[in-house]
Amino acid sequence: MSTLAIDKAGPSRKVKLRSMSRDRTWALRWSYFFLILFAIFFLTPPVYMLITSLKSSAEISAATNPWWVFHPTLSNYVELLTSNQFLRFFWNSSMISIIVVIVTMLISIPAAFALARMKFWGSATLATGVFLTYLIPDSLLFIPLFKMLAVIQDFTGITLLNRWYVLVFIYPTLTVPFCTWIMIGYFASIPKELDEAALIDGASWLQTLTRIFIPVALPGLIAATIFAFTVSWAQFLYPLVFTTSIDQLVLPVGITTTLIKGDVFNWGQIMTGALLGAAPPLVIYAFLMDYYIAGLTAGATKG
Amino acid sequence: MADVALRKVVKRYDDVEAVRGIDLDIADHEFIVLVGPSGCGKSTTLRMIAGLEDISDGDIMIGGDVVNDVPPKDRDIAMVFQNYALYPHMTVAENMSFGLRLKHYPKAEIKARVTEAARLLDITDLIDRKPKQLSGGQRQRVAMGRAIVRNPKVFLFDEPLSNLDAKLRVQMRIEIKKVHQKVRTTTVYVTHDQVEAMTLADRVVVMNKGRIEQIGTPNELYHKPATRFVAGFIGSPAMNFIPCRLEDVGGTVQIRLTDRIAFPLPPARAARYNALPRSEKLLLGIRPEHLTESHAHLEPGVETFDTVLDVTEPMGMETLVYFGLEGTPICGRVDPNAGAKDGAPMRLAMDLNNMHLLNDETGVVL
Repeated sequence: MSTLAIDKAGPSRKVKLRSMSRDRTWALRWSYFFLILFAIFFLTPPVYMLITSLKSSAEISAATNPWWVFHPTLSNYVELLTSNQFLRFFWNSSMISIIVVIVTMLISIPAAFALARMKFWGSATLATGVFLTYLIPDSLLFIPLFKMLAVIQDFTGITLLNRWYVLVFIYPTLTVPFCTWIMIGYFASIPKELDEAALIDGASWLQTLTRIFIPVALPGLIAATIFAFTVSWAQFLYPLVFTTSIDQLVLPVGITTTLIKGDVFNWGQIMTGALLGAAPPLVIYAFLMDYYIAGLTAGATKG
Repeated sequence: MADVALRKVVKRYDDVEAVRGIDLDIADHEFIVLVGPSGCGKSTTLRMIAGLEDISDGDIMIGGDVVNDVPPKDRDIAMVFQNYALYPHMTVAENMSFGLRLKHYPKAEIKARVTEAARLLDITDLIDRKPKQLSGGQRQRVAMGRAIVRNPKVFLFDEPLSNLDAKLRVQMRIEIKKVHQKVRTTTVYVTHDQVEAMTLADRVVVMNKGRIEQIGTPNELYHKPATRFVAGFIGSPAMNFIPCRLEDVGGTVQIRLTDRIAFPLPPARAARYNALPRSEKLLLGIRPEHLTESHAHLEPGVETFDTVLDVTEPMGMETLVYFGLEGTPICGRVDPNAGAKDGAPMRLAMDLNNMHLLNDETGVVL
């Protein structure tokens, strides 16, 4: 009897295994298909930018194959990298982004720690409130912000409008809520016993934050840093509104305002500028990718 | 080192009273175990001693000083957590020395203390490793090391062995006992495992529903439980409770279990239970080891009865037998060679010299 039972069970198990592996094969094929499709879709613009950036203006306007460089030239790169104006934009963008990252972290980390750990009246509501502020789009905020700054400028006599540093005060309205939200999630995933152990070991709240939470939550911190940097680096609307003089412009606004004159588009330099502008975030992502992913998925599973 | 005292300590969460006014005196050097089922308030009590929970009412004293409003770091206590709570980014040595470094101890002293604790716990080789490179047992040792190096007045353990497997738990239990014998620090230890409580404690505090049911040495709790809860909680397998009543038959007092089964009370107990009203609903409490196979020569107070076994569990050194008495499930312990078989009839002997009588309504042991 028992032999019979085994014989019966044998083939059906094989069939099941085979069908499972066939399922997997098909799943993989579909995955590759869609991944390749997405890769083509998203990589086409940068590739096109790269190709165009290596062409001279004459070649760009000539009716040749736009996907091929017949006479490659680095003239666009040389011109931009030797142009004081472009370097100024780059400098402004860098300064703003670095300062914004620092300001954001200085606000977000303690805020997230307080909201995640120091249970006080209304902390849960506040945490939700922080996230809700992130949902308000910048296109809604820029007019009231402009008005506010104008009032402050009139009142204090400190020039704020048309100065690059004003953006350092404005960008955190975008970065702080989201970074705080990421950090709240990350801090919340740290076992409660860890801060209790620190508390018993004699650590103050500040020491618990700096010596336990920040090192333990480093991946989340890096994710938040990258986010803050990317948002500041790529922001277009606020610098367009708040800065007008050439020497105060940041990269995205600078490229579009100085390289498009009337209806004349300097495509080669526009593409080169955009590519050079995309480089810093790209480099940062490449180095910190692992941390970034670990940070964004933290809390999903414990351990 | 210091004594610890709790005076009418209450903990309320909104409308729920987690701890309902407990009094407890813990002597210097003593090893006290708080034991009870989940939600009995034992961990809350420990956390209140640690200062991790505010107390709603009453006083907690450490070394004679009221510490109700003293923050944890100033209470001079050390705590070992169930999930170890080691700092994952620090090495074993850094974990152990964290508290001392915060207090700016001289480097040489920190090193000496860490080395000594590591030697005591046999983790000297692991000193440069990170927690994730350690096994559960090793992590627990480090957690204990972190407590020991501080040389605190009181050690607090919150279910420290619950995350370990059964074998390691037994091993670590012995380690903890050894460490306590060496350092002699006053210890409050919380567990839901009554075996841990019995084996480790100088005195056990059995808690239930936010109250202390009984405080006593492990032997006192085992042999002289005060309530049905304690009687049932301490001991494994648990004590049997059989509904019964007392009756007078021809000048002697009998304890009637079923229509068919009634035993005369042993002389030693008769005097104690004689005055009980005969109408009272009672429970006979008898431990499984006092329900054994019958012998030819029975001591006075040991009575026999016949039953049919439902299930038997051979454990090697003994066999547990399960049967029913008018619907009440009963467990006995017999010799593995006594011939106990599933579904087979068997003559068992009940040692009434070790019986307990309980009030069925109040649960008080009479």
